[in-house]
Amino acid sequence: MLTEYAFWLLSFIAVFSGIAVIISKNPVYSVLYLIMTFFSIAGHYFLMNAQFLAAVHIIVYAGAIMVLFLYVIMMLNLNNIETEKRHNIIKLLAVSAAGLLLLVLSGAVQKADEIAVSGKVGAAGMVENLGIALYRNYLLPFELASVLFLAAMVGAVYLSKKNLNETQSA
Amino acid sequence: MQVLPNITIEHYLGLSAVLFCLGLFGMMFRKNAIIIFMCVELMLNAVNLALVAFSKIHGDTDGQIFVFFIMVVAAAEVAVGLAILMMLYRNMHTTDTDQLNSLKG
Amino acid sequence: MEKLVSLIPLFPLIGFLFITFFGKNLSKNAAGALATAMIGISFILAIPVFTTQLHGAHPVMVKVLDWIHVGSFHVDISFVVDPLSTLYVLFITGVGSLIHLYSIGYMHEDEGFHRFMSYLNLFVFFMLLLVLGDNLLLLFVGWEGVGVCSFMLIGFWYKDHANNDAAKKAFVMNRVGDLGLLLGMALIFIQCGSLRYEDLFINGSGIASLGKYTTLAAILLFIGAMGKSAQFPLHTWLPDAMAGPTPVSALIHAATMVTAGIYLVARCSDLYAMSEIASSVVTWAGVITAILGASIALTQNDIKKVLAYSTVSQLGFMFAALGMGAYTIAVFHVVTHAFFKALLFLGSGSVIHAMGGEQDIRRMGGLKGHMKTTYWTFLVGTIAIAGIFPFAGFFSKDQILAHALENNMPVFILLMLAAAGTAFYMFRMFYLTFHGDFRGTHEQEHHLHESPAVMTLPLIVLAIASTVGGFMGFPHAIGESIHFHHWLDHFLDGTVVLAHSHMSAMTEILLALVAMAIAGGMIYYAYTTYIVKNTMALEDDEIPAGIHRLLWRKYAFDELYENIFRRPVDQLSHGIQHWIEDKALLMMVDGTGSAAKGLGHWMKGWHNGQILTYLIAIVVGLIAILYFI
Repeated sequence: MLTEYAFWLLSFIAVFSGIAVIISKNPVYSVLYLIMTFFSIAGHYFLMNAQFLAAVHIIVYAGAIMVLFLYVIMMLNLNNIETEKRHNIIKLLAVSAAGLLLLVLSGAVQKADEIAVSGKVGAAGMVENLGIALYRNYLLPFELASVLFLAAMVGAVYLSKKNLNETQSA
Repeated sequence: MQVLPNITIEHYLGLSAVLFCLGLFGMMFRKNAIIIFMCVELMLNAVNLALVAFSKIHGDTDGQIFVFFIMVVAAAEVAVGLAILMMLYRNMHTTDTDQLNSLKG
Repeated sequence: MEKLVSLIPLFPLIGFLFITFFGKNLSKNAAGALATAMIGISFILAIPVFTTQLHGAHPVMVKVLDWIHVGSFHVDISFVVDPLSTLYVLFITGVGSLIHLYSIGYMHEDEGFHRFMSYLNLFVFFMLLLVLGDNLLLLFVGWEGVGVCSFMLIGFWYKDHANNDAAKKAFVMNRVGDLGLLLGMALIFIQCGSLRYEDLFINGSGIASLGKYTTLAAILLFIGAMGKSAQFPLHTWLPDAMAGPTPVSALIHAATMVTAGIYLVARCSDLYAMSEIASSVVTWAGVITAILGASIALTQNDIKKVLAYSTVSQLGFMFAALGMGAYTIAVFHVVTHAFFKALLFLGSGSVIHAMGGEQDIRRMGGLKGHMKTTYWTFLVGTIAIAGIFPFAGFFSKDQILAHALENNMPVFILLMLAAAGTAFYMFRMFYLTFHGDFRGTHEQEHHLHESPAVMTLPLIVLAIASTVGGFMGFPHAIGESIHFHHWLDHFLDGTVVLAHSHMSAMTEILLALVAMAIAGGMIYYAYTTYIVKNTMALEDDEIPAGIHRLLWRKYAFDELYENIFRRPVDQLSHGIQHWIEDKALLMMVDGTGSAAKGLGHWMKGWHNGQILTYLIAIVVGLIAILYFI
């Protein structure tokens, strides 16, 4: 009973703050609303017994990614840069395209009942199980992910260097 | 197919679809590259949510592992993406995607 | 003994392959000797095979290789040994080896000597395949093979454009006939289910199931024979084929290949015996050709052209005989004709050799004193073709005339005319060439000489054959009264349909005398004209308008075909080129191009660099995919 209420509440918060992300004029607000969305999604993870994922989610998204966003916005001073709006036709187009997609997706979701399920309900989300799976079955992707991070890091540093041309010629 | 008491997989997939479409809508609706970026994050999280729900009903960890890797890629993407955005802003002095059209064929 | 037959075509093939691939290492004499030896071996092998058939025909099929086995269709590379095929093999290899020997001398100075020898060997191989094959399909392979060799040898001196044109003309004309042959074969196969002679003619009567298609099949096959044997209206290629070297004219365009049509009709004599209409078509085509060829030959001045039209005319005689049911007599004439026409061609080659390539009889004359052997052998050939007893041509031609007299009076009269013409034009050519004063240049006169022994030896052998060859076909009625049988008739009995003659010995003798009197009269007329009065053949621009000029222009067949076939096709091609190619097709091709270009332009509009546009495209695509899933 409690979980049911929790689901609806978290869902409401997620969708509401998602809409707010889009329609806020100030990017900083957008970021804050997005963090709210992430928190509600993390709540969902908790509900689904995926505690480790929820923790990682908050740490990575709210703690790292969104801070990065904020940092960039602040640094570039983008708070109130956007003044011009989309043309109305494009707005209409965007609404109808997204609505249509939602329609089609919900049509697909209708059939989700037919998914075959093993039926075992266990402590799938517990850290222990996740760790075993990650370090046993998915060791190679895990290691490759670290290489990806390294590459991304090098790329990011390289890209954000000032006076790229001068450094190149130097 | 209950994920939680009284909450079926359709509920979660529906929520995921709504969030995904919101993100997509935002991408089309806004011009600011930063906001578009955030919308991408939102879409990724919608997918993550669906994956975790699948993981829950199937009772194994594979779905969550996928989510884990998606997070990894998302983090890397954000790092590089924001770096590119900074470069753009430094060179073009704008983050308006309508003006970033030098790919025009 | 019959098994030897499978080796007969093998040797010419070996000769061809060897000279083609290793010929460069051989000297000309060695290559020529090798080529001649290969045909000679075939000839020697052919003798024992031939003797097996001497005492009554007992056809044997000798299977060499599996060839085509598809469903109910069975055709092997398999040879037939029976009187008809062995007779053909014998004279092909016999005359062939003589002509090979002759070529060693004739072609000695030519740079393409090795090529020439290998082509000749290949030709003999295909010719043997043609006559030995035990089914129509193998015959067709040989048929096409000799056609290709004929093409290559007519255009042997390919640096001269006129020779290439002549080769192409021969090839195209033959193609018209080949289509007929092919259709005929298809019809026979559809109706009878087999193309083997054994099924069609020998074992019972496979061709009986042709039913109402009998005439059609016979005529279609005859169209093939018409093309190959240069019968009206497909005769115009043969005179042009004289562009090839003279041994080629002798071997291919007089002795062997052009008689393939007679072989085909004789082989299918059961079929023709069943169809009255087809037979009369054959007769009249032959008669028209005989008279046409003889009349044109009266006015020609090129020594080889005269002989070419003479060949056309003689082939007409053969077909007339075939059409009247005298299949054995036609084959008889083929053999005697092979002897004396090969002799005449080789003799003319000897003359041309001595004259340094000159072929116009108006530029010759008085060669008698310079080339004794050539002169006498040529005289034998001329008398033989004119039909004077006891030379070979007399017997065969006389029997054709006798048969015509018995069966068909108009045919007899026309053939008699053609025979009279033959006597005249042959002696006209003979006198102009060998008698009188020399009319060539001083240089040529100085150069005049008798040909070497390799060239005169075949002439002598062929002259002997032309003299005595006729006795194998002694006339029926006379022969019976003096107990000298028509050997050839007996020999071919059972292979081809025999004609039945009811002539009395008296009529035959009378006819022979009349025919000889006419021939003698024509020879005398030629003698008075060209020796006594010393008249000269007219120069080209002096020829008066009217019949003479028409004959000289060969009845303007070439021009006629030019106007009937070539021009319209030409114009049609031009029309197609202009309207279809340049307009319609170009429109389609250009249209494809500009459509792609336009599409590109249109698509370019979507690549406007706007992320939004791309995004919308993605969403639309996504919706479409999800919807259709």
